[in-house]
Amino acid sequence: MIKLDTIQVIFGKGTPLQKQALNGVSLTIEQGTFVTVIGSNGAGKSTVLGVLAGDVIPTAGTVTIGRTDVTRKGTAARAGLVARVFQDPLAGSCGALSIEENLALAARRGESRGLTPALGPKRREHFRQRIAELNLGLENRMKDRMDLLSGGQRQAVSLVMATLAGSEVLLLDEHTAALDPGMAEFIMNLTQKIVSERKLTALMVTHSMRQALDFGHRTIMLHAGEVVLDVSGDSRKTLQVEDLIAMFRKIRGQTLDDDALLIG
Amino acid sequence: MSQIAFWGAVELGLVYAFVAIGVFLAFRVLDFPDLTVDGSFPLGAAVAAVLIIAGINPWLASGVAMIAGAAAGIVTAILNVRFRILNLLASILTMIALFSVNLRVMGKPNVALINADTMLSPFYGLGLRDFYVRPLFVGLLVLVAVLAVWRFLESDAGLAMRATGANARMARAQGVETSRQIYLGMALSNALVALGGALFAQTNGFADVTSGVGTIVVGLAAVIIGETLLGSRGILIALLGCVLGSILYRIAIQLALSTDILGLQASDLNFVTAALVTVALVLPRLRRGGAA
Repeated sequence: MIKLDTIQVIFGKGTPLQKQALNGVSLTIEQGTFVTVIGSNGAGKSTVLGVLAGDVIPTAGTVTIGRTDVTRKGTAARAGLVARVFQDPLAGSCGALSIEENLALAARRGESRGLTPALGPKRREHFRQRIAELNLGLENRMKDRMDLLSGGQRQAVSLVMATLAGSEVLLLDEHTAALDPGMAEFIMNLTQKIVSERKLTALMVTHSMRQALDFGHRTIMLHAGEVVLDVSGDSRKTLQVEDLIAMFRKIRGQTLDDDALLIG
Repeated sequence: MSQIAFWGAVELGLVYAFVAIGVFLAFRVLDFPDLTVDGSFPLGAAVAAVLIIAGINPWLASGVAMIAGAAAGIVTAILNVRFRILNLLASILTMIALFSVNLRVMGKPNVALINADTMLSPFYGLGLRDFYVRPLFVGLLVLVAVLAVWRFLESDAGLAMRATGANARMARAQGVETSRQIYLGMALSNALVALGGALFAQTNGFADVTSGVGTIVVGLAAVIIGETLLGSRGILIALLGCVLGSILYRIAIQLALSTDILGLQASDLNFVTAALVTVALVLPRLRRGGAA
């Protein structure tokens, strides 16, 4: 279970550039729930993700992941609880390391790292099998450097990396935004498959309203650092993209000029 | 070039192979441009020389020299990680401070080791001539260092260090405390450089406070020559490249200085070094068609 309790995040506190990024966000996510998060630029989506990942330490409020209070823990200290796929395909893996080395790195997320060879024959075979499940032919390129892969291939490998070690929550930060439509669809279906097969608790930030409604069990809309919409169950099933856009307009009190929200 | 001059160049190349491996760890693995080595090399030489003269076992003295080098690396890491000083500047500060430290350690600018028992003493007089014994002995130590560093970098712990240099944000997301990796890496790098210094003192019979000047350039030259010749095909090849680069660099210098046609003299060493490194840097780009 994930719990955010009245989270306040203020960037640059006490400076002329002070910005309230999150204003009392409370959120409880049950085990095994796939939540999609939408909102316009600057609404606080990335900050919510940052607060969960440990990149952003909240000004006030508490963060609980599983049974652990992680409010003051840094990114590395809570990595055992949090798996993550970044928006930028280059950010989530090491380009200079091989595919299998990246996997070996991720397989020990949140655990101590000793002098055991990172790639013994057993681990190699395990990684090869997991990569073969992607059906991208990458299992024959395990020794290739990660930066030789396309953005989509890297995101696919990143998804495998995120599930090699156990976690309490999987954070997906617009992880299809940098991909072409075909690859984005492939990655979304892969995400869906991995999350449901492994019964993961997941939080996916997206710019696409279509994606937000098509995937997952629950959708949250953020605006100006607050949760303005939280739908799940039957009321979510009947919800259309048009309804979301109408809500968006109402909340912002203005016409939509951001075409990006309509795409997808 | 005489045989003695040739094997002398090989020997010096092998001594500086430790510097090359240390520089490889800092610059390539951790992506930390570290100039501390200009201070930690003579530090290793000074500590080893002073302890050996005081009658300490030379192996133990060299071990203490490594610890001193590691401490110097940690100082640079603290300046960078804790106090947020730019990495290059942090290492320059340590380097400058070490000049004074080295003078304090030795009590004078130069310490001679002529009649003292060194790590090599037991191997002289076993039938092999001295100018073979030295490169053979140092070469064996280099081999041990290469194998140890290779094994480390391919372990879980080493992978964490490589990830820290390659993509620190990703490394943290995987649970790697990147600041700890910088401490560890800088300690390891400068310990190896200090061991190079300790061996330099024992093979050459002296420790000198100015012997550190330009160490970083020599180390980088070796790393770059190795990369140019062997390419990047894994850790072991890269480490062997450092060793090969270091030896070839010394032979090239020796050749340049001993060829009368060029009219070079010993004082032209630094110019030749700079020219060699420039060539090694430019060659790979020319080979790629001059596009870069």
